[in-house]
Amino acid sequence: MKIAVTGLNATDNPGPGVPVIRCLKESKEYDFDIIGLFYDSLDPGIYMENICSACYMIPYPSSGLNELFDRLKVIHEKEKFDIIIPTLDSELYGFVKLQDKLAELGIKTFLPTAAQLNIRSKDMLFEFCASNQIKAPKNILAGSVKDIYSISEKFDYPVVIKGIFYDAYIVNNFEEAVSAFHKIRAKWGNPIIVQEYLKGDEFNVVALGDGNGQMIGAVPMRKLYITDKGKGWAGITINDNRLIELSRKVIEKIKWRSGMELEFIKSAETGEYYLLEINPRFPAWTFLAPAAGQNLPVLMIKLMLGEEVIPLTEYTIGTIFVRSSWDLITDIKTFEQIASFGEIKWTK
Amino acid sequence: MRKYIVPETLAVSDSGFLFLPNTGETFTLNHIGKEIFHLLQNGLNEEEIVQHMLDEYDIDKPSLEKDLSDFIIQLQKYSVIKEE
Repeated sequence: MKIAVTGLNATDNPGPGVPVIRCLKESKEYDFDIIGLFYDSLDPGIYMENICSACYMIPYPSSGLNELFDRLKVIHEKEKFDIIIPTLDSELYGFVKLQDKLAELGIKTFLPTAAQLNIRSKDMLFEFCASNQIKAPKNILAGSVKDIYSISEKFDYPVVIKGIFYDAYIVNNFEEAVSAFHKIRAKWGNPIIVQEYLKGDEFNVVALGDGNGQMIGAVPMRKLYITDKGKGWAGITINDNRLIELSRKVIEKIKWRSGMELEFIKSAETGEYYLLEINPRFPAWTFLAPAAGQNLPVLMIKLMLGEEVIPLTEYTIGTIFVRSSWDLITDIKTFEQIASFGEIKWTK
Repeated sequence: MRKYIVPETLAVSDSGFLFLPNTGETFTLNHIGKEIFHLLQNGLNEEEIVQHMLDEYDIDKPSLEKDLSDFIIQLQKYSVIKEE
């Protein structure tokens, strides 16, 4: 079975493509052949050994859906892949819109609906949590600098300034808030989210929902090492049933269909968990899940194929991941092939 | 005399490595710390631990009581133990 996976940007802000592929390759039941889809000819996942049998460049979501579909069609004609797994937040709305056309080509997807994506979007999450008795930090939306002036009326500094898709800055005063607002708006556009800052440790859960309200599996993790970009560079699976039950509640309420990451902060003051974000795809640390006993990407493929899947509840506590930087060496001919033709086939 | 509860899921390895499964935190206890942790696990109260340590080691009681109290405060701070 051939599976196309996006998000090969295994950089210091890593996309989930490579770890999702590693999970698929761990499968003992299936022998998946993986096609990598990339945006940048220097995406490290292209150059990794035993990850993809071929890689193809695809246009950025901002280029428009028609262009993306046409490119996928060309790649499909060559590779005849059966399944596509988009792994980046910014791609998902586009793939949701394209899923019927992809199905006509015989390409399966397992995606949330547009409505489900909207519920968990950063500007709507607080409302969802409030109506479902889930604790979440308060937030307001800022469309202009004028809104930054009102921060001090609603919150005490520090606050968190966040982009709609990516980026977050902790700011301590009005000047820092304005600077963060401009930086994020220039990169990701409006709206900007201003969020109450909670002091505490970060805990994340990787989970899979079947689309009917059932949680198929979930593995909670505490970040052990966080980079200056806020990325977990090491983490450990933990045993706190509250995190599992909160994740189950979210999946049940939204009827989430796909992999996901739930980000929590445990208040240092009260010890309670606050839901910070729901990321609508598997996280970059997904490979920890099969290492702890739950291969969630493979289970997602089984759901896609209509196979019976029994929800998993067990996992090994104390399983640790430590991310590393690793220089990959290539040559100019290989790079030319990738940069000039936007595709490469690796010989086994 | 104060007595403490050590969660059943907690265990300390032979080398003194302590893992808190519900938070993912890890600590390393030295030889004495490990011994006191085992005494707490076995349900001894503070007074009983003091007596045990006085029998085992050449130390004056006030210093021992102070060190034990500091250690217990640290264990409570990191939610390793709770007062009964």
